Amino acid sequence: MGRQLSFSIFRYNPNIPGDAPRMQEYKLEEYEGMTLFVALNDIREKLDPTLMFDFVCRAAICGSCAMMINGRPGLACKTMTGTLPSRINLMPLPVFKLIGDLSVDTGTWFRNLQVRTESWIHTNKKFDPEALEVRMENKTAEAIYEPERCIECGCCVASCITANIRDDFLGATGINRVGRFLIDPRDERTDAEYFEVVGSEEGAFGCVGLMACDDNCPIELPLQQQLAFVRRKMAQAGLKLDLKGMKIS
Amino acid sequence: MSAKNAYICDVLVVGAGLAAERSAVEAAEAGLNVIILSLVPPRRSHSTAAQGGMQASLGNAALAKGDNPKIHFEDTVKGSDWGCDQEVAKMFCETVPIMIRQLDYWGVPWNRVTAGKKKLPSGIEVEDTKDKEGLITARDFGGVAKWRCCYTSDGTGHTVQFVVDTVVCKLGIPVHDRMEAIAIIHDGETCYGVVARCLRTGELNVYLAKSTVIATGGAGRIYAASTNAVINEGTGAAIALNTGLVPLGNMEAVQFHPTGMPPVFILMTEGARGDGGYLLDKNLHRFMPDYEPKKKELASRDVVSRRMIQHIRAGYGVQSKYAPQHLWLDIRHLGRQWVWTNLREIATIAGNFNGLDPAKDLVPVVPTQHYTMGGVRTNKWGYAYGLKGLFAIGEAACWDLHGFNRLGGNSLAETVTAGYIVGKQIVKYTLGATQDFNYKLVEDFVKQEEERIKNLISGKNGKEDVFEIRDAMQQTMMDHVHIFRTGPSLEQGVAKLQELYRRSLKIGLHSSGQGANPELAQALRMPGMLRTALCVAYGGLMRTESRGSHFREDYPKRDDANWLKRTLAYWKEGADLPTLDYEPVACPIMPPGDRGYGEATAGPKGK
Repeated sequence: MGRQLSFSIFRYNPNIPGDAPRMQEYKLEEYEGMTLFVALNDIREKLDPTLMFDFVCRAAICGSCAMMINGRPGLACKTMTGTLPSRINLMPLPVFKLIGDLSVDTGTWFRNLQVRTESWIHTNKKFDPEALEVRMENKTAEAIYEPERCIECGCCVASCITANIRDDFLGATGINRVGRFLIDPRDERTDAEYFEVVGSEEGAFGCVGLMACDDNCPIELPLQQQLAFVRRKMAQAGLKLDLKGMKIS
Repeated sequence: MSAKNAYICDVLVVGAGLAAERSAVEAAEAGLNVIILSLVPPRRSHSTAAQGGMQASLGNAALAKGDNPKIHFEDTVKGSDWGCDQEVAKMFCETVPIMIRQLDYWGVPWNRVTAGKKKLPSGIEVEDTKDKEGLITARDFGGVAKWRCCYTSDGTGHTVQFVVDTVVCKLGIPVHDRMEAIAIIHDGETCYGVVARCLRTGELNVYLAKSTVIATGGAGRIYAASTNAVINEGTGAAIALNTGLVPLGNMEAVQFHPTGMPPVFILMTEGARGDGGYLLDKNLHRFMPDYEPKKKELASRDVVSRRMIQHIRAGYGVQSKYAPQHLWLDIRHLGRQWVWTNLREIATIAGNFNGLDPAKDLVPVVPTQHYTMGGVRTNKWGYAYGLKGLFAIGEAACWDLHGFNRLGGNSLAETVTAGYIVGKQIVKYTLGATQDFNYKLVEDFVKQEEERIKNLISGKNGKEDVFEIRDAMQQTMMDHVHIFRTGPSLEQGVAKLQELYRRSLKIGLHSSGQGANPELAQALRMPGMLRTALCVAYGGLMRTESRGSHFREDYPKRDDANWLKRTLAYWKEGADLPTLDYEPVACPIMPPGDRGYGEATAGPKGK
């Protein structure tokens, strides 16, 4: 016999008139290798078919299933119930708009982030289908891949004190994303142009340094390093700008 | 209740994976007004889970020298067991190197050639030459003559999808995520768009377009064990089938990947074997060379999967807490540095889900449903059969690049290449089309969907449980429509699925169905999933030969005299079985011959 697990799950569907936020209790018997993916589907299929949550890849690579698991943000799909006490408290991620129960709208938030930070390669070169690719050192490609690995789950945003109190903060994920383009030789933006994007308190200078983002990143991105890197670059860029944003050096 | 919102656009792309987004980019760059609908935000699409890479004959790596589109074409045709459309394969192989370079231009951090001598795990020494340094490199993969699989570590799908999505963001293409197309609007000749249910609010919306593109991926979740994401339920192909006019091609062609990791059946990339990994049995014996002396672990996926099951049946399977029967993947000899740099994603997965470190531990593997070769049948320009203004691309389509077995690395390559090639055709068609629809017709489709929803909520047709039916369907596919198939077992499978199909029409919800109710979402999909499953099972029953991944123990040989043809499955109104039709598969460039691996070449027992 496995343990009896007691789940306490946040319930509220803003699309159902009269519905009110509450915690609901469910009990399941644990078995070997049980993850929160399995447990939540069991609850939906056997106990309560209205329960809303999001899973896609169930392999910890798509970032869909982040939630607050006993008070910490994490990916539900890779969380083994065996690593948790028998009372499991599940809440939706803060900061993001609630869709219902454990489901939040990370898609809209991240799309806005991409657009605000113009997270695409800026280049004046035209693609020439006849030409060979531009050469790059393999270690540069590997260095770009490191921050590119971000799965946009939102755990860093949910962990972040600044993101929790100001809507316009880019979060560690946004700063990491900008850092990815900063080191990409294909991107022709100048430091001054990057400064426009992240050289403010909504960007690299909004971070208050608690580093919960780094602690809670489920794919262990070096967010602390990325923040330091982008800040240093932006501080340097800032020193080269006068107050009107004109280049003086 | 009626349609909450109506949207009108030039091109409606259903799905937001790589094929979808790449075609949307093509249409938007031509100045067309495009809307993308998706179950999930684009960067959560199953394309991002592709690991190993993308086949393109760049010829930069040491063991890629001399590669060209012609060799890629030959590998693809052999892989397909002469089931593919050779004109499509030729066009694809010639285009994909340009696609790789365009992705590079857009920002994909492809791994590069580093010059120098290297000793491979096989003991062979190779040298990457200085003249190729810094160009895009490639790794070995199954069923190929050259190293051709371009990659970024083992997160290739992730980087390619993220980069194509940056282009979608840059172009400002609207994505309506959490929006599920549940019916195609048509008048028997032309497709006018879809009725979609919002997965945030439960409301129905109408999308009207000159061109509608089905790019919703595969249907792996008709099986209980699949490497696919949970959203891969074949929804787009199912709504096309449901028109009664659009056929699904070759649905019996289902790929089982040799290395799914039990008990969660998450993919361990073919790159693990491409980079030199072995398969071991319970005696830790490397058995693949016994069966496939030439290609060993790197025969095509259908062959390796069958050899693994054959070996398990011979009593060499491992019994462990991971699965009742499985084998081992061994990449320990590649070294910690290589594993945690180039196979980092699977190393992380093995750690997350089984507490294993592949740099020092064996990883349990078992052949697992992986890819749907079949799909909405289209012509070589991506036009769906049966309805004007309807296109299909990627895994949702039967274009037909893969025939009866897809080569590893050809699917990710297909997504962007088909997105580009078919995207141009969509532009051409759309520019010549006018938007002319009868609003009564549109309303009738909305009403029909409202009626379905109302009946599911009220339980008017019955009180069958949707999850029970889904589980029974998935188990039936495992028991009767798996790697090794026989006539009697397929017959039983078809009968069980027919019974489940009839029950699926009597589903009633246990919950209220209010808002974006997940039980209702599943209930709406269930009859379509069963129709899809029946196309697979019945198509398999009627195909009395073995070709690629479709292996009949009672008909173990490929039969080119009778079966060099493609299955077309239609679903007629009121039927409980698909109607099958066939069309010839032409082999204008490469006549049927020897694959160079597999039972026909190496013999039933190998050696």
